[in-house]
Amino acid sequence: MSRIRYRRLVAFALVAGIGLTSAACSDSNDKKDDGGSKTSSNASAGTPLDPNTKVTISVDCMPPTTKKPERKQWLDDIAEFHKTYPNVTINSKDAFPCEETDKFTAQLQGGSETDAFYSYVTDLQQVLDAGQAADITDYVNDKTVPNLKDIDPGVLDILKDNGRLYGLPTTNYSMGLIYNRKIFQEAGLDPNKPPTTWDEIRADAKTIQDKLGSKGIHGFFEYGAGNQGGWHLTSALYGAGNTVVSDDGSKATFNGPEAKSILQTIHDMRWVDNSMPQSAGKEWGESQKAMGAGQIGMYLAAPDDIQLMVQQYGANFDDLGMAPIPGGKTSLMGGNDYFFKKSDTPDQIKAGIAWINFKFLTLKKGQFNYARNKADGIPVGLPQPFFFTGQSKATDTADKTQYATVPVENYKSYVDAQVPVKGEPPNAQKLYTVLDTVMSGVLSNKSANVDKLLSDAETQANQLLAASQ
Amino acid sequence: MAATTVPDKTTRRHAGRGTAGPKAAGGRGGLSRKLTHNLQAYGFLIGAIICFGLFSWYPMVREFIMSFQQTKRGVTSWVGFHNIKTVYHDPYFWTAWKNTGLFTLYALVIGFAVPFLVAILLNELRHARAYLRVLVYLPVMLPPVAGALLFKYFYNPEYGLFNRILKFFHLPTSQWLDSSHTALISVVIAATWMSMGSATLIYLAALQNIPGELYEAADLDGAGLWSKIWHVTIPQTRLVLSLMLLLQIVATMQEFTNVFLMAGGNGPENSTMTVVYMVYQYGYRYNNFGGAAALGLFLLLVLVGFSGLYARLNRNSD
Repeated sequence: MSRIRYRRLVAFALVAGIGLTSAACSDSNDKKDDGGSKTSSNASAGTPLDPNTKVTISVDCMPPTTKKPERKQWLDDIAEFHKTYPNVTINSKDAFPCEETDKFTAQLQGGSETDAFYSYVTDLQQVLDAGQAADITDYVNDKTVPNLKDIDPGVLDILKDNGRLYGLPTTNYSMGLIYNRKIFQEAGLDPNKPPTTWDEIRADAKTIQDKLGSKGIHGFFEYGAGNQGGWHLTSALYGAGNTVVSDDGSKATFNGPEAKSILQTIHDMRWVDNSMPQSAGKEWGESQKAMGAGQIGMYLAAPDDIQLMVQQYGANFDDLGMAPIPGGKTSLMGGNDYFFKKSDTPDQIKAGIAWINFKFLTLKKGQFNYARNKADGIPVGLPQPFFFTGQSKATDTADKTQYATVPVENYKSYVDAQVPVKGEPPNAQKLYTVLDTVMSGVLSNKSANVDKLLSDAETQANQLLAASQ
Repeated sequence: MAATTVPDKTTRRHAGRGTAGPKAAGGRGGLSRKLTHNLQAYGFLIGAIICFGLFSWYPMVREFIMSFQQTKRGVTSWVGFHNIKTVYHDPYFWTAWKNTGLFTLYALVIGFAVPFLVAILLNELRHARAYLRVLVYLPVMLPPVAGALLFKYFYNPEYGLFNRILKFFHLPTSQWLDSSHTALISVVIAATWMSMGSATLIYLAALQNIPGELYEAADLDGAGLWSKIWHVTIPQTRLVLSLMLLLQIVATMQEFTNVFLMAGGNGPENSTMTVVYMVYQYGYRYNNFGGAAALGLFLLLVLVGFSGLYARLNRNSD
C-alpha cells in the first residue's frame, strides 16, 4: 500500500474513531437525562408501595458468607419483608467492605451500581456529579418512613442538596479516641479516665511507652499517607473547635494556634517521647490491626472500628474503650446510607425505600432487633448508630441496654460527652491530601518546622480551593 | 532467468505511467489482488486490531476528549482548556514531575546499570550459570503486589529485615519509606529487584551474541577486564543498551504500583507522589476524570517524545 493511501486510511480511521467516540459520549449523556425526568415527575410518589405491585430491585452490601450471622439475618429479613411485599424481588449483591472507594467511583462512572446502592454519607456530591442519584424527596414521608420525625435532621441534612433528599441513613458515627483498657491498666493508668486533651494523650502515651515499650507496645498511633493523615488531622482540629475551610469553601482556615499545638504534640510524641511507632500508618486498616494485636494504646477512630477489630484482628470487647475526641468541641461525623439509582422506576424507588426502612430504620426490626442480634452473637451495645431522637431514641437506648452483650460502660465517656457533630469539609479529599503533607512532615522529619509546614499547606490548600471554585 | 523476467527497480517504479485509464484500472485490480492474496493475513490481524482498537486506541481518543470535558450532575460539557489549566496550576504538579524525573533517574542509575553488570557476571561464570540465571529471574515471577508488600515489611524501621541487618553489623539504621529523604530511592531499589530479571536475560542474550574472537583479539592486545567491557562489550551491545534505556524510561515514568503499595501513594511529605499517582488521585480521590485525563495527556506527550526516539533508534537498527 502506498504511503499516501496508508495515510488516508489512518486519517479515516482516526476521524471515524473520534466520531464514534463523540456519538458514544452524547448517547450516554442523553440516557442519564432521561433517567432523571422519569423519577422526579411522579405524582403518587408519596404513597407507600402497593403490596400488589410486582417489582424487582437489586441491593448491594449483603453481608458476605464469611459473616454468617449477619448474612443469615439479611436473608431472614428478606423473607419477613416478603410477607408484607410478596411481589417485590430483592436481588442482593454481597460485598465486603460494602464500599471500596476506587470501585465505587468506577461503578458511578459506568452507571453499574445496584438499584439501591450503599455509600458513605460523605459521597453525596460525588454521586450527584456522576448523575446517579434519584431525588427521593417526594417519596420520603411519615407514611413511607414512619420514624422519619425522630431521625436527627442533621443526619438527613448531609444527604440533602439544595433542600432535596437523595438518600436514607443506615448508620452514623462521630470520631473519638479508641484506647486499650488492658494496656492502660498494665501501664498503671486508670482505664476509666481516658485522656480528653492532647496534653493528656501525650502524658498517657509516654507512660505506656515507658512501662510497656520493651514489649513492643506504643502509646499512640497516627497516619502519614493515603489521605488518612489529613482526615485524622481534620478530626483533631474539629475536636479543638477549629474548621479547616471557610463556610463558603473558598479559604483554608486550619492554620492557627490549635493546629500548631496539636501537630507539635504529635511531633513530640514521635521524636521526643518515642511513644509512637517509627513507621507512620500509610493505609487504612493499619491502626486497627495494631490495636487488635494489642500493640498500641490509643488512636483516633470511629466506634465501628471496635467491632472490626474484634471480628477480624483478634481484639476483645472487654479490652477496648472509647473516649470523646480530644478537645471535645465538635466531632467529625461519618456514616453510611443508601442512594437510589437515577434510572430506577418510581416503583423501584418505593420498593427500595420500603426495604431500607424495614431493615435499617424500624425499631425492633432488622438491625434494631437486638434480641435476635444477641441470640446470633452479633454485638449489642456499641455506641452507634445514634441518629434517632425523641421517643425512638428512648426506645432504642432501653432495648440496647436490655440486650447489651458488650461492656457498654467502656464507652460511657464517649456517649456521655455528647460532642456536637460536624460533617466533612467541602473538597474534603483535596484538603486531606494537603493536610497529609503536614502530618507526614511531623511524623517523618525530626526537625520539622510546624509553622512552615502549616503555612505551605495553607498556600497549597488555597490554590486548590481557588481552582475548584 | 530472473534477470529477464523481473523488471528492475526503475521499471517497477514507473509501471502503469502510460495513460490514466489503464493505471486506474490496474491500481484497483492490484489492490483487489493484494487484498485477496493477503486475506488470510488480514484475518489473523483482525483480532489484534480489534483488541488494540478497544483497549488501547479507543481509550486514548476518549482520554483526549475527556481532557476537554467536565461532568457535573451527570451532564458532560465542553470546558476548553479548563482541566489543563487546573492540573497545571495544581500545587503538586511540579512536585509530581520532579518525583517522576527523580524516580526515572534513580531507576536508570540503579535499574539500568545493575542488571547489565549482573548479566556480564553471569556471562563470565563457568559454573552454576543456569542455576543463577533462574535465581536472578525468580523475582520477576513474583506478583508485583506480593513483592511490594514484602519490601514494605523489609523496610519497616522497627522490625524490618534491612534495619535488623544494619543493626547486626552495628551500622546506622534508616527510616527507609518513612523519611522524605529515602522513600523514593527505597521504592526504586525494590522495583529494581522485582524487574531486573527480565533486563538481565536480555543483556545476557546480547552478550552471548558477541563473537568470542573479539575478546581473544583484546586478550592478545593485552586488554584488562574493564578495557574489554569498555571497548568490546559496550560497543557490541550498544543497540540493545540504548533500546532498553528508552524502554525503561517509558516504563519508569509510568510508575504507580510500587509507590501506591509501599508508600501509600504520596509518601512522606509527598516525596513519592508520581505523575501517574496524581492521575489516580484526580480520578479516584477527587472524582475529577477530566483533570485526570488532562494530566494523562501531559504524560502522553512526554512519553510520545521518548517513544519517537525509541522508534527512530529501532529503525536505525533495521
